Amino acid sequence: MNDHPASSTPSNPSEPAPAHVVSVRVLVTVFVALMGLTALTLLAAQVDLGQANLLAALGIATVKAALVALYFMHLRYDHPFYALVFVTALLFVALFLSLTLLDTIQYQPDMLPGG
Amino acid sequence: MMDDPGSQASGQQAHPAFLAHHFQSTAQQFHAGKLGMWIFLVTEILLFGGLFCAYAVYRANHPEIFVYAHRYLDKTLGAVNTAVLILSSLTMAWGVHCAQRDQRRGLILCLGLTLLCASVFLGIKYVEYRHKWKEGLLWASRYRPVAEAGHGAGGQEPTGTVPEGPRNVGIFFSIYFLMTGLHAVHVLAGMGAITWVMARAARRHFGSHYFGPVDYVGLYWHLVDMIWIYLFPLLYLIH
Repeated sequence: MNDHPASSTPSNPSEPAPAHVVSVRVLVTVFVALMGLTALTLLAAQVDLGQANLLAALGIATVKAALVALYFMHLRYDHPFYALVFVTALLFVALFLSLTLLDTIQYQPDMLPGG
Repeated sequence: MMDDPGSQASGQQAHPAFLAHHFQSTAQQFHAGKLGMWIFLVTEILLFGGLFCAYAVYRANHPEIFVYAHRYLDKTLGAVNTAVLILSSLTMAWGVHCAQRDQRRGLILCLGLTLLCASVFLGIKYVEYRHKWKEGLLWASRYRPVAEAGHGAGGQEPTGTVPEGPRNVGIFFSIYFLMTGLHAVHVLAGMGAITWVMARAARRHFGSHYFGPVDYVGLYWHLVDMIWIYLFPLLYLIH
């Protein structure tokens, strides 16, 4: 919250600017990091890491998504309630995915081949 | 709807032009709108969550289908599209920055660049879809790969010529078309929303006193980018 009232508007002086302005330097840095991570995920896919390939791909994607959420979507500077809303959604997706996977892995061996 | 688009405020004491009467302050209006957008994004995450779940179930049970079928996808085009979409996220976030700083021309330029990136993304998507259509790489039972030239008789069936794949490869393409298709629909919707914000920016609606709609459309656009950030490695970079 450093420089928001810099460009003061004639209207409604009682109102502070309601949000943090993310500087262009931060935005461009995040963009460069996202591009670097995209290159990294391409490189990681070239190497055979066994099971770790999927984990590496998802890990890098999650770091990228976190950068987008924290800086492009301003979550780092906003009231934490917005982050809570977002994380709640992720939590429910995680529940959905993990319980469904537990279930399908449980009964898959009993499936008839070609059934 | 908002009244009196031209003037920023009718007077020093008066009600700001873009403050809806049922809000006490512009800050309250901004946060209410923002919370509304975040709740909408939650429903979007859960909508895509269903498709990610389908993906996870099929990949857990039939990894060989995914390993086999992903080779039909063009990694280069996928990577270029990832870069294009990340660039569009940067220009969108930059646009919000411009709106907050009263830089109207910068805002319009950023929104225009975002639209341009979105069009490039969809153009590349079209090239990919058309290629798959021609090669018979479609969903479920419509998966009938046309044998490549030079691989023997150009029959409709993959038998013999194309290296024989596992059963039900079509399931991969069902998931591929559903996930990327739903994502593309979201890109189209985002382009509509950005055009709307751009038209309002041209009519001088936005500035440091009022930039909610730019911010909300930006949040939506970043979510669409974020979903692609997962789709790219999950569909194109399977090992």
